Amino acid sequence: MSDRIDVRKTYKLYIGGAFPRSESAYSYEVKDSKGKFVANAALASRKDARDAVAAARKAFGPWAGRTAYNRAQIVYRIAEVMEDRRPQFVQAVVQSEGLTASKAEKVVDAAIDRLVWYAGWADKITQVVGNANPVAGPYFNLSTPEPTGVVAVLAPQESSLLGLVSVVAPVIVTGNTVVVVSSYERPLPAVNFAEVLATSDVPGGVVNILTGSAPTVAPWLASHMDVNAIDLVGVAGDLGLATDLEVAAADNLKRVRRAPAAEPDWAVNPGLDAMTAFLETKTVWHPIGV
Amino acid sequence: MTTPFDYAPAPESRSIVDIKPSYGLFINGEFVDGHGKSFKTISPATEEVLAEVAEADDADVDAAVKAARRAYDRVWSRMPGRERAKYLYRIARIIQERSRELAVLESIDNGKPIKESRDVDIPIVAAHFFYYAGWADKLEYAGRGADPRPLGVAGQIIPWNFPLLMLAWKIAPALACGNTVVLKPAETTPLTALLFAEICQQADLPPGVVNIITGAGGTGQALVAHPGIDKVAFTGSTDVGKAIARTVAGTDKKVTLELGGKAANIVFDDAPLDQAVEGIVTGIFFNQGHVCCAGSRLLVQESIADELLAKLKRRMSTLRVGDPLDKNTDVGAINSAEQLARIRELSDIGEAEGAGRWSPECVLPQHGFWFPPTIFTGVTQAHRIAREEIFGPVLSVLTFRTPAEAVEKANNTPYGLSAGIWTEKGSRILKIASQLRAGVVWANTFNKFDPTSPFGGYKESGYGREGGRHGLEAYLR
Amino acid sequence: MTSTPTVLDDVTRTESSLRQFLHGLPGVDQVGAEARAAGLGTRSIKTSAKAYALDLAIRMVDLTTLEGQDTPGKVRALAAKAMRPDPADPTCPAAAAVCVYPDMVATAKQTLGESGVHVASVATAFPSGRAALDIKLADTRDAVEAGADEIDMVIDRGAFLAGHYQRVYDEIVAVKAACARSNGEDAHLKVIFETGELQTYDNVRRVSWLAMMAGAHFIKTSTGKVQPAATLPVTLVMLEAVRDFRELTGQMVGVKPAGGIRTAKDAIKYLVMVNEVAGQDWLDPDWFRFGASTLLNDLLMQRTKMTTGRYSGPDYFTLD
Repeated sequence: MSDRIDVRKTYKLYIGGAFPRSESAYSYEVKDSKGKFVANAALASRKDARDAVAAARKAFGPWAGRTAYNRAQIVYRIAEVMEDRRPQFVQAVVQSEGLTASKAEKVVDAAIDRLVWYAGWADKITQVVGNANPVAGPYFNLSTPEPTGVVAVLAPQESSLLGLVSVVAPVIVTGNTVVVVSSYERPLPAVNFAEVLATSDVPGGVVNILTGSAPTVAPWLASHMDVNAIDLVGVAGDLGLATDLEVAAADNLKRVRRAPAAEPDWAVNPGLDAMTAFLETKTVWHPIGV
Repeated sequence: MTTPFDYAPAPESRSIVDIKPSYGLFINGEFVDGHGKSFKTISPATEEVLAEVAEADDADVDAAVKAARRAYDRVWSRMPGRERAKYLYRIARIIQERSRELAVLESIDNGKPIKESRDVDIPIVAAHFFYYAGWADKLEYAGRGADPRPLGVAGQIIPWNFPLLMLAWKIAPALACGNTVVLKPAETTPLTALLFAEICQQADLPPGVVNIITGAGGTGQALVAHPGIDKVAFTGSTDVGKAIARTVAGTDKKVTLELGGKAANIVFDDAPLDQAVEGIVTGIFFNQGHVCCAGSRLLVQESIADELLAKLKRRMSTLRVGDPLDKNTDVGAINSAEQLARIRELSDIGEAEGAGRWSPECVLPQHGFWFPPTIFTGVTQAHRIAREEIFGPVLSVLTFRTPAEAVEKANNTPYGLSAGIWTEKGSRILKIASQLRAGVVWANTFNKFDPTSPFGGYKESGYGREGGRHGLEAYLR
Repeated sequence: MTSTPTVLDDVTRTESSLRQFLHGLPGVDQVGAEARAAGLGTRSIKTSAKAYALDLAIRMVDLTTLEGQDTPGKVRALAAKAMRPDPADPTCPAAAAVCVYPDMVATAKQTLGESGVHVASVATAFPSGRAALDIKLADTRDAVEAGADEIDMVIDRGAFLAGHYQRVYDEIVAVKAACARSNGEDAHLKVIFETGELQTYDNVRRVSWLAMMAGAHFIKTSTGKVQPAATLPVTLVMLEAVRDFRELTGQMVGVKPAGGIRTAKDAIKYLVMVNEVAGQDWLDPDWFRFGASTLLNDLLMQRTKMTTGRYSGPDYFTLD
């Protein structure tokens, strides 16, 4: 044992590319899987949620306006930087989820691989879900997917890293910006992930991460009139809360990805749904003539 | 001095339609009496009572859903796609065969001009069934995996502005994908849906695959809330859409909503002006402006505003308002007294807020519900008539100076259904089209519809798409 | 000399100002223009309106023969038919004019006399317009001196398509000058575009303005020798041009679709278009004509159907 006292990290929120403490100055104790104190995480408030939405809105136009190729490179860059910090993530997953080191390594690998998988979709999803439509008349008619806008994501409570990556990557790779409420009890991988994002060419505001309680923060996001969509997977199993959030989301007709009865198995191939849930189809008509 | 070319009345014959004095509900392949009350459907052009129609109560809704479930479990979901396809092709053909009858009935019950029901609504209805018939045995190629499955029973609620067309948009994809349906037509326009029920009988469609229940809002609520349905498809107002979204919260019911709009029709100074004028007219006066995707906000570049408005007014002066069954009528009757009151109220507000109101001289019939084609000039984004959906033949004219301002104003609304762009510059079209937050963008055209082309909104104009391959997603697992 | 209305003086001053003006006209979207024309074509003209339209259409016909095989006998027969389209029915109006080659003008004039039916003559190396300017002018003077009331000139399409707008303009101005008669009156000038060769509606709009600024009394679609000849959408664009020209200058210019209009049903579609696009003022033989030959008999058959209530047959109408 060294005599040296280690320097601990302050776990903060990630909003608009910056790492603020909660405006409320509240924090909460994060413990490892064995119940041992690990850190005090910032407890996001409704005002933090409000600020995060504003940051996400500001970032949306420019992010959606980037070329798909550029977004692909940036998401791939996230994977690169994560790979570089692999031990740190393994440790965080071990701490948070109580897995063995080798299992945690597999989880981290899967999370990085998922980022790589989604990165490649940026410039392919349009070709797969878009259409040229053969209308019965002299018109060019093209349907293309566009990002829905600002998406609130309640990240899964159990799978603190792979689950988190699996719900964030598909949202941003298509051009949305996101406000994430991380796992309440397991927020540390999310904070590490935020630090990766901050050093991965991801523009500030594209991903905003709030550590804290979904039941507290989510109602503000669900009812926020400048949020376009919400993924409720983080309240899986809590039908009452999920229903309340869906009701609130109806105020501006948010696109809602409903909460399943139980948290899904994040290891399986995710398919397209996590992307298409937050895409709009735009159809453009133009006459064909001389 | 020349003498005027007065078009003599050219009424389409009503004799082709046979409206019964009363109608029951179409459940399990038969017309049955409802348990509830009944209501009258009238001709909005004359206020004449056309028929007495059953108002389905909770028990009727339950019976219809049960019939649909039985048909789903026992017949329709098990039937090979190629056989479902043949039923849909049959229906498409019968619609073509009975197209004149359907067009006349639609115009009588809805008030829309016969030239529109004849040349737009009914042909697209047939085309829609024809298009989706072909999908029924090709669903594994729809991009939803190798074995896409239907959802079950769909509860479908449609509006009064395009009664049979909205029915087709709902029923054709649902049936093609293997679902069965319970459809509620709008209270003021049930007749073509009831004739469609008869067409299902002629096509020998298995009982219960299509059920038509008439009624008002209460019937719709009962349908949406019924635990036996797996899917809700609604076209109508944004307020009702939100109520539906709340009702289904926490359930497994899949929902598609096609709601209101306040579309901007943007005319740049290099537009093909004569065609732009046509597009503006089509955009707001087609179907009396009872169109969710109507181009109800004209955004015209300031440098050509006077010239364009002069052309628009001249063109509006040739619009013929009157008898929906006259083949030369361009603008028919407002669908209901209630809707007319709303149009009047908002128009009066527009005037009170200081916008300039103008309508061409036109003599409106004594009976029925009528509103002249109207434009408001000098409108700003702050006016209520620039923000609220009027759903009538009323156009708000705003101006802009730069492309950025045009886009900003166009997007400055909670709605996002459609938009129009008029310019001869190709690159500008593509730029503006990509910046507009709307599900359908018509460039150098407006209000075009096709079964192959997905239709639906952004933001509070709803979610999901109808038409095209995308339209299948709403009815597949 | 120039015939340009003063408000457009600056436009026609130089080749480049002329080009700038013509290319600055709003474009025409083909699909939209054709859809509008088709939409007007669905008007249902019945009973009294149809009777009105049929008689008006007959009065607007430039009964035409422009064949190498034309003879004085043929032209006399045509002229007789123009004066009395339906010999069995004295209430049937006369046609507007007969339209012939310059060498047939005298014959036509002789037959028509003071009937009020005009003689129109094609000129300027009809139909191709490919001849030297002095030949074209001589051709024109020849027809005018023989008594033509109206000259149907062709423009130099090659020059127009090559962008030599000034040349086309100057030629129209020169031909118009050649339409002057020694007694101080003018033969009216119709300018044929041969829209089938100009192809695009943008060209039709530009050439319409070019001809109107050069002083055309009428603008005319086609020679009848090139397909497609007159179409509803081409005529729509020309009607929009004369409407807008009057808006700007106060001057009215006539429109003549020619070639391919064979049925009364078609003719009525054109009249609906005139009515709703240019306006009622153009519903007059002074401002709208049909260049046609077989159309007249179909108008007569429909007219007979209106009066007798039964369908007629071709044997009951003269073939001339």
